[in-house]
Amino acid sequence: MTPVRTLVVWCPDWAVVAAGAAADEPAAVVRANRVLAATPAARHEGVVSGQRRREAQGRCPALVVHEHDEARDARAFAAVAAALERYTPRIELSQPGTAAFPTRGPSRYFGGDTALSGAVATTVDEVLWEWGWAGTAGVGVADGPFAAALAARSAAPGAQVVEPGGAPAFLAPLPVTALDRPDLADVLVRLGLRTLGAFGALDPADVVARFGADGRVAHRLARGLDERPPATAPPPRHLEVAADLDPPADRVDVAAFVAKGLADELHARLEADGLSCTRVVVTAETENGEVHERVWRHEGALGPGAVADRVRWQLDGWLNGPAASRPTGGVVRVVLAPDEVVAARGRQLGFWGGETASTERAVRGLTRLQGLLGVDAVTVPEPRGGRGPGDSVGRVPAAAVDLGEDRTPLPSVAAPWPGRVPPPSPATVPVAPAGIDVVAGDGTSVGVDGRGALSAPPARVVLGGRLVGEVVAWAGPWPADERWWDAGTRRRRARLQVQLHDGRALLVHVEQGRWWLEAVYD
Amino acid sequence: MRRTEQTFDTEGVAVPLELRQVAERAAPVTLAREHTLPLHEALQPFLPDGVLARGSVVGVRGVGATSLALGLAAEASRAGSWTVVVGLPAVGLAAAAELGVDLGHLALVAVPAHDPAAWAPALAALIGTVDVVVVDGRAPLRAGEVRRLAARARERGSVLVPTLTAELAAGRDPHPHATRDRGGHHGRGRRDQPIGEWITDVTLTAGDARWEGLGVGHGYLQRRRLTITAEGRGRAARPREGELWLPAPGGGLARAGEASAGARRLRVLETTEELVS
Repeated sequence: MTPVRTLVVWCPDWAVVAAGAAADEPAAVVRANRVLAATPAARHEGVVSGQRRREAQGRCPALVVHEHDEARDARAFAAVAAALERYTPRIELSQPGTAAFPTRGPSRYFGGDTALSGAVATTVDEVLWEWGWAGTAGVGVADGPFAAALAARSAAPGAQVVEPGGAPAFLAPLPVTALDRPDLADVLVRLGLRTLGAFGALDPADVVARFGADGRVAHRLARGLDERPPATAPPPRHLEVAADLDPPADRVDVAAFVAKGLADELHARLEADGLSCTRVVVTAETENGEVHERVWRHEGALGPGAVADRVRWQLDGWLNGPAASRPTGGVVRVVLAPDEVVAARGRQLGFWGGETASTERAVRGLTRLQGLLGVDAVTVPEPRGGRGPGDSVGRVPAAAVDLGEDRTPLPSVAAPWPGRVPPPSPATVPVAPAGIDVVAGDGTSVGVDGRGALSAPPARVVLGGRLVGEVVAWAGPWPADERWWDAGTRRRRARLQVQLHDGRALLVHVEQGRWWLEAVYD
Repeated sequence: MRRTEQTFDTEGVAVPLELRQVAERAAPVTLAREHTLPLHEALQPFLPDGVLARGSVVGVRGVGATSLALGLAAEASRAGSWTVVVGLPAVGLAAAAELGVDLGHLALVAVPAHDPAAWAPALAALIGTVDVVVVDGRAPLRAGEVRRLAARARERGSVLVPTLTAELAAGRDPHPHATRDRGGHHGRGRRDQPIGEWITDVTLTAGDARWEGLGVGHGYLQRRRLTITAEGRGRAARPREGELWLPAPGGGLARAGEASAGARRLRVLETTEELVS
């Protein structure tokens, strides 16, 4: 059975469009410190998606960086979705920047797929023109949303129509990275399967045996089929949930609060039936009878939080949108209807690392701690490279990184750091070095001269006038002249390892004539 | 639809009762000793059954306490368990990595100094969600709170590692409770020193540290020989003592016996070189 013929509108780098950046100024949107989207001007300077923020700023110093805000993206995209309503009332949104609708009816009315896609491209361009982003969007028509999305991507800017039944042939030469499953694509390339055609030619049974449920979905997509075998029965009507609002809500937060309860109720009903929802229709109605309906789609299952978010985005786009399409009254009724349900079989956890059950639990616990103690209270290590024991691994707030993601350090971190203290590293590195004194046998402070020689061998370590210990062995000084090219951050110090009479060992350094306790080999 | 696809399309297929009964009968019984986390081979002699039992409280104190606590967590962390260090802001992350802790499965939690009441809820939130919780032994926890936390850990299968670090390391600890230290003994593995109010299943005391590699004006710290004493309750009641290289050359963890054999070999080689020259 061939999938539903679908038209997909794709606006590249939607996040920067929504952030209000102009196409000709270098700007980027970052999420979790990684570039998510960038303007053409920024890309021209070498900014690419997935880059670290600092690296992007290094390539393009004039870069304007915006934080990612999903709600802002969705709100801005409501204008595009509203413009598409001229063609069909059933617009399906998977993520801001991408809209899809089945073409059967509209295509006949507008005189064929080619005419329809041309008309849609013009309409979207008109909307984008207001933001100065005309001529960036792509429109694709093909069998099934996956092929249509790829057609839209390859067509951007412009329109492309893949003939009915031509999806497998269209997909075959495309690289496996188009599946948007980086780990799977990585394995496939190493197996010598570089194109979707080569992957699709495998026996489905072999694919399931090796790659599991997710591999099966990818394999179906690569062959130009639907993600999953089509459901035979429509979802039962009793799953629909609705709430009447009295008094009518004219503010988004009021309606969103109701939506949260509704989403929980929907989720409970689905759960009771052992189902999970992959597509939900959200309908809002005002006291004057205006109706706003959107279809939201998600590749995984939509949890209650995700559904509530989507309701909020939709209402935000409608109630605070352009004056022409804004409703004249408050919202009196919100309906959530699951449009496509699948049996809830639990989410298959990653086969190639990624988020595992233990990480999922840990993230829950750490998130709760951030609520208890504050966001900055929880940090995770980030290898950075450096000479001192405290420099080589930094700390970043856990809220700023994706804990489930593989955080392998960049190769530059492992680069040699001449002058670094040799391992083993000290197990205790105070956050701020403490003032200390290293004295020679005659009681005077030990000094290091310009040539890196000690004035006298160290005999004792003193802290605040109190003897810490007698020095029985020592090595150094190891000079470290760091960032000599920058007067502001330059540091010139000399490090010394000392072993005390009681078996303890310390790392101390002298900087501008003062000694500091840098670390304890605890 | 192809037949192979139908085979894997289990939607709406009811599992027959008999099949479910067979599955229940065949389900493996989990033995108590399977409720464990992997432990570094060098540390196995010090814990009952040579494993890190889920739900246990393992106290660590003495010189080298931080390294020892990290070493306890290392193997479990490498196997995918998460380790969270609560209230030891000075823990050396480079050392943790060298000891074998997977930095991708490590998080540090700082409890605000002005809020001593925040410790118990913070620990309670972690127990059950992460496998190993290393907590500052100087945390201002009351006996009742400690008891409740230990019971929660036993129930949820997390390992608690209260760690009493050496005094010099903690002396600059920004927490005001650090000033509660008793005596001027620099935390040198006194076996009678209590770890807060904790009642541990096993307490590992590290002491008698002997560094190698550092001379007078030359060399660098290469490895440290530590004497570890383990004592506890129940199965761990018989005290055990042994020696460890912590850190071993390069920052790992090794049994002292094997490492000393290597050192002897090294010494022999040096003498042959002397002979040749």
